[in-house]
Amino acid sequence: MATTEKMGTPVDPPQPPDDVDGRMWTNRLRTSFFGTYPPEKLLPDRQPAYVASWIYVFGVATIAGFIMLVVSGLVLSFEGPTWYHTSSTGHFVNSVHFWSVQLFMLSMVVHLWGKFWMAAWRGRRAMTWVTGALAFFSSIGTAFTGFLVQSNFESQWIAFEAKDGLNAVGVGPWFNVANAGQMLLLHVCLLPVVVGVIVVWHVLLVRKHGVVPPIPLEHDPADQPVATPQARS
Amino acid sequence: MSARRTSSDVAALPWAGPVRRYDIVKEFVIALVVMAVLSVGLAVAFGSPDEEALTFKGWGTTAADNFYAVTVGELAGTTESAGYGPPYQDGDGLAVGPLRPQKWMGVRLPVDAADDFVITPLKSQAQTSEVTAALAAWQAATPDQRTTWATALDDAVQATADADGALHPDQVASGDYGPVPALAQGLTEMAASGSLDGAMLSQGAFYGSADYTKAILFMGDGSYLDDAATAQNLQGNTWGMMNGTNSYPGQPWLWWASLWYQIPTFNPAEDATTTTSLQDNADAWIFYIIGVIGLVIIFFPFIPGLRSIPRWIPVHRLIWRTYYRVHGNDHLV
Repeated sequence: MATTEKMGTPVDPPQPPDDVDGRMWTNRLRTSFFGTYPPEKLLPDRQPAYVASWIYVFGVATIAGFIMLVVSGLVLSFEGPTWYHTSSTGHFVNSVHFWSVQLFMLSMVVHLWGKFWMAAWRGRRAMTWVTGALAFFSSIGTAFTGFLVQSNFESQWIAFEAKDGLNAVGVGPWFNVANAGQMLLLHVCLLPVVVGVIVVWHVLLVRKHGVVPPIPLEHDPADQPVATPQARS
Repeated sequence: MSARRTSSDVAALPWAGPVRRYDIVKEFVIALVVMAVLSVGLAVAFGSPDEEALTFKGWGTTAADNFYAVTVGELAGTTESAGYGPPYQDGDGLAVGPLRPQKWMGVRLPVDAADDFVITPLKSQAQTSEVTAALAAWQAATPDQRTTWATALDDAVQATADADGALHPDQVASGDYGPVPALAQGLTEMAASGSLDGAMLSQGAFYGSADYTKAILFMGDGSYLDDAATAQNLQGNTWGMMNGTNSYPGQPWLWWASLWYQIPTFNPAEDATTTTSLQDNADAWIFYIIGVIGLVIIFFPFIPGLRSIPRWIPVHRLIWRTYYRVHGNDHLV
């Protein structure tokens, strides 16, 4: 598009990119992303017939739990780290944050076990599994730092106990669990972003490769009469 | 080509079988509403744990004898924190075979227990003439003289232990302890007054620090913190890594890490008189095991044998029972 065009001025229909346009980073990124993720793939309204079990709910439940964590965590961060000790409203918001992390981790663990029993890494989906596992471990780190910044007895004790293992493997000075300032910064500035980025990466991989199909049965019950399917071909 | 490889390749192809309507936006909104209702409902019903943090004031008032004894130990260099090793002081730290990262990282967070826990806090406040004189005597003495005084009093205090192990500093035999009794008594009174809590953190500065390393180390040297954790079932050998205070859930997702602290191989019995190298270096061993488990989980798809477990234990028959019943292996091989 020419740079001298004015807003609202009718323009010619888009032309196929020439060599120069085709080499533009912007064009290459757009072509690559939207080539891989057309709208119907990003927001599909159909899924394979086998996507019909309660186990599939726990992936989206994990994302919903993460959103609850971010929202309640933002409220806590605007009021400061001691708010919930002195205010009943603060204590309530902290309680929402606390139960959100319990529900978030429960959903993620059930989702992980479900994908394990599905062998969901089949069909070139190994990276989907890897990113899911990374999301799990980065969530553990995020939750751990959260427990360390409660500024109550529990955080005192966790800091006292956890330092020994972290020192033993040589990371204690750079991940100092007794340094509440460092833990607070990691908990609100870095680790949630890491979890969020990995979750987005994970979801994009799921959208790209699709939901893993069932493991073929060793003994195909092909000769058995087939019930009326709800799914449509 | 094996049948297994064929089915794996089929799994990589775009799905060509039957499909069903699936409104993922609606599913997401419902999930968000359910999660919001559940978390708010649980917050209303159960609240959240908030057991008040322990203080030096609490320690100095409810367990003054223990506080006094630990203070003497800090001056004598006999407490855990005084001889911890890296990253607080020179030393070897824990090791697994030739792996000694604790030693390799060196002294990154220097802690001088006598100076940081006792002398500096005492100097930060106006003191009685007796404590002021004791501080002057301590600072004028040679390191050897300080150690001789403090060790003598430390031994004398430990000798007052009763059948339950409780110490009674008021029953210490007379001896040449130099300024150490006055320093220990001065810090005990400072703790009981509440002024040590601020002094430990600020170290004389207005903003002080959000770094509680020295305060946590000092408090952990006594029985005050440890007893409180035992009462709350938070010790490592009682699944404390995943427990919360007042019976709230803590971090139950860490069961696979907490598990190792329940095993006698790493965790000596309460009445054990000797310990093994594995037990002495348990934190190092267990954190390496945790790391290996983490790597196994992350790279599970690439580990032959392990990745076949879901085929051997057919939970998938339950998950996809409807598809199998209706379609069998159609579109799967």
